[in-house]
Amino acid sequence: MPKKVVKVDRFKCAYCGACVSVCKFNANELIETFLQIYEDRCTGCGICVKVCPMGALEVIKCTT
Amino acid sequence: MYDVVVVGAGPGGSIAAKTCAENGLKVLLVEKRQEIGVPVRCAEGISRDALERFVEPKKFFISREVVGAKIFAPDGTEITLSEERAGNEVGYVLERKVFDRYLAKLASKAGAEVLVKTTAYDFERKDGIVKVKLRRMGEEWEVETKLVIGADGVESRVAKFFGIDTTLKPDEIESCVQYLMTNIDFDPDYCYFWLGKSIAPGGYIWLFPKRIGANVGIGVMPSVAERTPKEYLDDFVQEKFPEGRIVELVAGAVPVCGEIKTAVADNVMLVGDAARHADPITGGGIANAMKAGYYAGKVAVEAVEKNDFSAKFLKRYDKLWKEDFGKDLSKKRKLQQKLIKMDDETLNKIFHSIPKNIKELSVKAIVLEIFKKHPKLLWDVKDLIF
Repeated sequence: MPKKVVKVDRFKCAYCGACVSVCKFNANELIETFLQIYEDRCTGCGICVKVCPMGALEVIKCTT
Repeated sequence: MYDVVVVGAGPGGSIAAKTCAENGLKVLLVEKRQEIGVPVRCAEGISRDALERFVEPKKFFISREVVGAKIFAPDGTEITLSEERAGNEVGYVLERKVFDRYLAKLASKAGAEVLVKTTAYDFERKDGIVKVKLRRMGEEWEVETKLVIGADGVESRVAKFFGIDTTLKPDEIESCVQYLMTNIDFDPDYCYFWLGKSIAPGGYIWLFPKRIGANVGIGVMPSVAERTPKEYLDDFVQEKFPEGRIVELVAGAVPVCGEIKTAVADNVMLVGDAARHADPITGGGIANAMKAGYYAGKVAVEAVEKNDFSAKFLKRYDKLWKEDFGKDLSKKRKLQQKLIKMDDETLNKIFHSIPKNIKELSVKAIVLEIFKKHPKLLWDVKDLIF
């Protein structure tokens, strides 16, 4: 089964850090003014998708 | 070697840095963003008392002064609270972009070094001190410090690095969007609050007047919300302020989990949103962040004096913030959990039962009136209010 990961739409993201505060896998980081997702740590659980104020995140099937 | 590295130059971080520097400590204050105070991520309201405890109010960082709050039930029923009776939740609406810089200035004036566009990206504890790895515009270097104060907001990396588990669940966070709006009608002497599951599930919509326009924002609790806060807010704005124009957009998250067990680890103290110090009912965070920053600063001074940076020693800081507002956070968290279960009909009924001619429109008087008519509610929340 392909791994699931979260993907950010950089044009929607308002770099607020909501997603970082709910991720227990440290799979994301707000670097200055952009969101970095570490796919190797992301489990695709989608909890960050639920809390994103802008609707900028979605769970996708990892293509690599 | 530094005595203290403060990560994050919001109100909590700057007050901590200022307190440390005033007492002769060698302090470095780092802010990952290139502009202190931007983006705001805040509705900018603070009570008079809370502000004046730490900072002399200056015209240039106060955007508006308000005299009360207007609160609306889901069906539009309004109650108005005057300032001295609104539990002091209102007072000043700040210009955080200016306020935060002013606090950073106070810290630097006291002797703290300040760096912007600088990320503390890694930490290493060794031989009782901490090596902090810093990155600034591609340049990387390392500094040593006896203490780290993590004032790095809701997304705190300091907490994660030092194993203080503050990961929030979807029912412990308010997901927020705010517009600075112009071309809208409102009474600039009042803050506005709109309640209800259909309007803002698990949260509320606010309007805080500013010198130019007003902050119109929303917080929803993701565990009970069906859409993003932006969608709820857009619906509201379209209905209420169809002619309004948005001149700024910010998003944010407020931790509303209540009191955490500990905000310290060896060599580390957390303050403000990083320590989940925001008020679970109002979402307000500036006041507690400044108090926490002050306490953390004081304990840092003692720790340097005693040359003891262990979690055991730093527990003094836990004691100080918990005694000041820890219980309040726990109480409000419990009350919040009750309120979230309340449906719009009940909320409407409550607003209707507040007598129009009630003489003293204090929060307590209102609560007593409500409970006369809804004794079952009283039973539910009696421990929380009295």
